[in-house]
Amino acid sequence: MDKNFNIVIAGVGGQGVITLVQLIAEAAFAEGYDVKTSELHGLSQRGGSVETHVRFGKKVWSPLISEGEADLIISLELAETLRKLRYANKNTKFVINGYFFPYPEGLSEEEITGIIGREIKQEKRIVPASKVCQEKLEKEVVSTSYLLGYCVSNELIPLKKESVLKAMENLFPEKYLELNKKAFELVWEN
Amino acid sequence: MKKILLGNEAIVQGALESGVQYVSAYPGTPSSEIGIVFGKIAQKHGIYFEFAVNEKTAMESAIGSSYSGLKTLVSMKNFGLNVALDAFLPFVYTGAKGATVIVVADDPSCHSSGQSEENSRGFADLAHVPILEPQDAQEAKDFTILAFKLSEKYSVPVILRTTTRVAHQRMPVEIGIINIENKKGEFVKNKNKFVTMPPRVLEMKGELLKKLETMKKDSEKLALISRGKGKLGIITSGVANLHVTEVLRKNNLNIPVLKIGMFNPLPEKKILSFVSDMKEVLIAEELEGFIEKKVKEIAGCKLKIYGKDLLPEIGELSNEKIALALGKLVKKKLFVKRTEKDLKIPLRYPRLCQGCPYWIVFSAIKKMAPEGTIFGGDIGCYMLAGFAPHEIQDYLLSMGSSIGVGHGINKAGGQKVIALIGDSTFFHAGIPALINSVYNKSDLLIFVLDNRITAMTGHQPNPGMGLTGTGESAKEIKIEDIAKACGAENVKTVDPVNMQELQDAIRDFINKKGTSVIVSRRICAYYERKLKKNI
Repeated sequence: MDKNFNIVIAGVGGQGVITLVQLIAEAAFAEGYDVKTSELHGLSQRGGSVETHVRFGKKVWSPLISEGEADLIISLELAETLRKLRYANKNTKFVINGYFFPYPEGLSEEEITGIIGREIKQEKRIVPASKVCQEKLEKEVVSTSYLLGYCVSNELIPLKKESVLKAMENLFPEKYLELNKKAFELVWEN
Repeated sequence: MKKILLGNEAIVQGALESGVQYVSAYPGTPSSEIGIVFGKIAQKHGIYFEFAVNEKTAMESAIGSSYSGLKTLVSMKNFGLNVALDAFLPFVYTGAKGATVIVVADDPSCHSSGQSEENSRGFADLAHVPILEPQDAQEAKDFTILAFKLSEKYSVPVILRTTTRVAHQRMPVEIGIINIENKKGEFVKNKNKFVTMPPRVLEMKGELLKKLETMKKDSEKLALISRGKGKLGIITSGVANLHVTEVLRKNNLNIPVLKIGMFNPLPEKKILSFVSDMKEVLIAEELEGFIEKKVKEIAGCKLKIYGKDLLPEIGELSNEKIALALGKLVKKKLFVKRTEKDLKIPLRYPRLCQGCPYWIVFSAIKKMAPEGTIFGGDIGCYMLAGFAPHEIQDYLLSMGSSIGVGHGINKAGGQKVIALIGDSTFFHAGIPALINSVYNKSDLLIFVLDNRITAMTGHQPNPGMGLTGTGESAKEIKIEDIAKACGAENVKTVDPVNMQELQDAIRDFINKKGTSVIVSRRICAYYERKLKKNI
């Protein structure tokens, strides 16, 4: 990997964005990469828009990804995807959780999916992660682990499955570990 | 061995490796994790840790420990240093006995701050305090260790100043050995050192200024030059250096860079030698151009100095902003802002959590308050009262000021004011304002939203809920008892789920003379869920 790999992760406060950041950072570090991440904490995270950055490669300087330089944009919620387009270039890939979380004065799900269809010309995958996890594991909350599994199995993130599993073992307390591993590995089962 | 750490975790690690013995804090984003981590691990390492009632008491607690010879760390966000300032300024004069590090976290762009976009570096000239500025998590750890060493060497407290992008940045950090000497502090009487009565205080100022002068050589050592070619140079500090390096590497620019690690005192010699064969220099620093002013002072008029004319004074810096500014100097387009269609996606504001007791309180207040009532806001989750659907927040200033300013509004024109304040904020700075309202006879309704925890910053214990910062049981101080003892004329405690009782209390108190206090007591729903999950 010649250049750093840049991931912007968007979502709504409470969806587990920061856990996802930690998982990717730990997995990349386990593979010998330099890593930097940036995140925000505090009141804005209570149900507001959340944006985090993860970068890994030979040597990472700034913790922030420049506009137009994301390799991958992961959005845990449909509408939040549309706030991150400035980070995309023509080769950027989008992985979007097909989950809609309405808010006061927001647009409707149809309007949002319409705009995503029209405006994002790049390779994009809308993955029903929340739905799948609810149906198969009865827990919507592990959809972030499912999405990460989706990205790794489809080679959208240049990291090995084993590295992520190892990161999960380091990060999750025992009682949440099995469920998250299951969610992460669901994609390979299908 | 390396481990991925958050900037704030790296500060804790640095303090542990330095042998810290006493830690106090008041939570505030982006500094809060320092206290949270110490709360969890302090006992294991035999360290004393406390969440203090506010930053001034945290500072004073730390000063007492330092005077007793212990290695001490105190942490707060930028506004906290304002609260602590009264104790902090003379502390710098007397100096530290046990090495003391003061962590102050700024929040450029105000990601998690109302109040102001405060740049704590401004305290350098006022307080004559040494200030270190780390750029990333590794430096956050290294500079913490260095700050302890400098504090020990010069007997002066040292500020470690972080920003959001340092405090909340993760990267692999080299882990060293923790070596903590468990010993008791001892205050050895020494009037000459600890009593600031004049004329001694002026001698102390002289001693401090001398220390700062001597520390310049340490600052010189910490200023690093990346060599390059040409007559254009860059001087930078903190996380801005990472953005600068990013832009230079990406564009294969071989421009010399001077990275300043110690903001106060500045490495004047190194700055002078760096600029001596330059024609122009760009000062890449966040917020106010303090370094720029100093460089202008010392560099002479032949040098063309760029800074705040090319980089914004408002908001944090980024790769893009550096690229735009630098592009103008090297006459290349280093960053092209693409013209993007405005998709007009409405903003998603933060909102009260599901099940938050404030939902009921806000709707009851909105329903019962007479037309024209002024609603005072304060610092906590209940700042969300300002957003739809609540919209009951007419002013918001600083910790405790919902009461203090509400009093002033009532005295000035007799308008009806309801002041909203949380439990931790009430303890922090609400009590003197409450007494002032009683003493100076305003007709004020104070609503204390007691959710049994300091919620906004990630659920830290406070004096109202019966636990200390390390989770030990403590005396539970009742807000209604304080209100009564302060002389508030009408005091009532309600559980907001009893909606009728809540509404009756508001109706009953709103037209009463004097200072009235309603304590709405119900646990934070998020904290309750956390307790149930036992995490």
